[in-house]
Amino acid sequence: MNKYEIRVIVLSSTILGVFFFALLFNVFSRKIDVPTCIPYDASFQKAEVRKVDDDYYEVYVTARMWNYDPGEIVVPPGSTVDFYLTSADVVHGFNIERKGVNLMAVPGAVNKTTVKFDEYGEYRIVCHEYCGVGHQNMMGKVLVTNSAL
Amino acid sequence: MESNKTFKYTILIGLFVPMVLFILGAYNGVMQTLYRAGVLHEDSFGGINYYQGLTMHGVINAIILTTFFAVIFGHVTMGHYLKKQPPKWSYLGSIILMVFGSLLDVVLMAMGRAQALYTFYAPLKNSPFFYLGTSLLIVGSWLAFFGWIVIYREWRQENPDKKMPIAVLGTFVNFTMWFVASLPVAYESLVILMPWSAGWISDINVPLTRMLFWMFGHPLVYFWLLPAYIAFYTVLPKVSGGKLYSGNAARLAFLLFLILSTPVGVHHQFSEPVLGQDTKLWVTVLTFGVSIPSFMTAFTVGASLEYAGRKNGARGLLGWMGRLPWFLSKNYLFGYFICGLLLFIFGGLSGIVNASYSLNQMVHNTGWVPGHFHMTVAGPVLLVILGMSIYMYSKVAGKPIKMLSVVTIVPYVWMVGVALLSHGLMAGGLMGEPRRTNLGLSYTDPSSDMFNKHWVPTTTVTMIGGILMGTAALLYFIAFFSTALSKQTEASEIVLPESEELHEEKRIGILHNMRPWIAVSIMLTMITYVPSLINVFKYSKPVENKFDATSPVNEMKDATTKNAATTIMNVEDEKVN
Repeated sequence: MNKYEIRVIVLSSTILGVFFFALLFNVFSRKIDVPTCIPYDASFQKAEVRKVDDDYYEVYVTARMWNYDPGEIVVPPGSTVDFYLTSADVVHGFNIERKGVNLMAVPGAVNKTTVKFDEYGEYRIVCHEYCGVGHQNMMGKVLVTNSAL
Repeated sequence: MESNKTFKYTILIGLFVPMVLFILGAYNGVMQTLYRAGVLHEDSFGGINYYQGLTMHGVINAIILTTFFAVIFGHVTMGHYLKKQPPKWSYLGSIILMVFGSLLDVVLMAMGRAQALYTFYAPLKNSPFFYLGTSLLIVGSWLAFFGWIVIYREWRQENPDKKMPIAVLGTFVNFTMWFVASLPVAYESLVILMPWSAGWISDINVPLTRMLFWMFGHPLVYFWLLPAYIAFYTVLPKVSGGKLYSGNAARLAFLLFLILSTPVGVHHQFSEPVLGQDTKLWVTVLTFGVSIPSFMTAFTVGASLEYAGRKNGARGLLGWMGRLPWFLSKNYLFGYFICGLLLFIFGGLSGIVNASYSLNQMVHNTGWVPGHFHMTVAGPVLLVILGMSIYMYSKVAGKPIKMLSVVTIVPYVWMVGVALLSHGLMAGGLMGEPRRTNLGLSYTDPSSDMFNKHWVPTTTVTMIGGILMGTAALLYFIAFFSTALSKQTEASEIVLPESEELHEEKRIGILHNMRPWIAVSIMLTMITYVPSLINVFKYSKPVENKFDATSPVNEMKDATTKNAATTIMNVEDEKVN
């Protein structure tokens, strides 16, 4: 191998190092992270929007062929929401548009992420994992509004 | 080398059968773009429903075609470089298992008995025979590999001083990785999924099946890619009129693939529960590592092409690009390789996005992902398969290529098609457009209340790309089958274009011994997967679920009644209390 090849290896490794630093920066400084794992038990199979605080909610979602329960989640603007997601039957997806929430709903496991809703509006939740013939009809939504819950 | 007729027929069958099946695979690919663009608002067309067609598209194009090609290209590589043919038990056993397994899968998919897609979507079930068919295909490919080991040992004894040819090293690296990686999926198929699908066992740990699948699923994509890399290093410099810039760099690249391909599977599972954030970050590092040999390949192949261009009289910094054999039917293989490489620049870069930990949250399971892998598996991989298949068929059958100008133009049309298709899919993906979804029934149907107008332009671009790809494939099929069904007019030979190396390089011992690299590979795999396995058992529970894709009713009826019984008992317990 000659000097040009060595330079290519060093240069491409450096670029990847910069990328990796950017990822770590986002994890530690901006709290942008991938979902965490918590131990599963059957009690996560409850559909519930639980108000912990005025601006803090816990939402327990069960995905099943071919809808989400609860199908419509209403929270006021400025809320921070912990999503706990599981599935009653097969594997489903859970992708909240414009929020970068991208989870898999796996039976026998529970997925968790935290997201903040600042802007008013309707955020569609699309099932993006093949789950049978009704897959394309599986959609839910988060409504961010001040109207009474 | 005297190769007997049976071996040559094996090669021809191994090229012909998957190409016939690929007609079905390609057709279903084009159809998907029509459904997704909302041109079809149907759940099925011509007797094949969307998800059935999607399964055929994935299984035929990405498992059957690619595995057959890796094996047949391996046979021809061994025949050309070692001047030997593998023992009869190996090549004959291999082709019989592979053809039988593939046909079994295709029949089941056509009957609609397997439409849970090839990623083995438990608790959605396929017919147990589907898992059997796939296993036979994989075991068939192992048999070919075992035969090559036998003839390589003989060759080594006869030629103790020769370097292992780069193409042979690449093939051995590829099949070693393939063998190691297919053990978890063989376990998953034969021990977990088949008995569960047949109803012998009732509960299934879904996260475990997913982890085992992706342990195989990522090495699988390198198993598609490495034959293309072998061709880029050992064939392309020759057909572009130059020499290979550096042999040692080629060897190092292959060996890096050997250690880094298997442990990175978790990067397909960033959005899943059960696997820890630490494991996910670790596989990001490893995946960045596995992009290094690809960067090296880009450099070495680029330098080899520059050498070829300058030899043809190019001047200036970039003049060499114009002096390559573009659109030249004498060097038709060049078009297949260069178009694949151009697509792969973008395929590789988008792959780094996928592997980038939290960045993956933007794109996981959206159209971005098929956008990315159509620029890899439908880019360099498929173009090398098409180019080399017609080359090998023509040489081994002794039949000159028919419609050579059509064969020459196909890769360019295909490249434009893939570029449009991938652009549409990736742009849509960034707006949340889901992959593997019959959008025409809901999201791109204006009469549906789920209609999303933002996904109409992106799916339309995808469809235009898909139709162009379909056109290129059709042209190729006409040329391939005209050639294959014509009369033999030349002597049959097992031969490949062989590139010389530009420099005579020093022999570096570690680049000629696979053993330490295999040891590191196993170590890295353990470091990644032992914690993952512990997590699976710590964070998840098996479920008694089994579903057919058409119905939300759990087929584990016993499970339902048992659960109901438990509930009643609990209620009664509470009453007593």
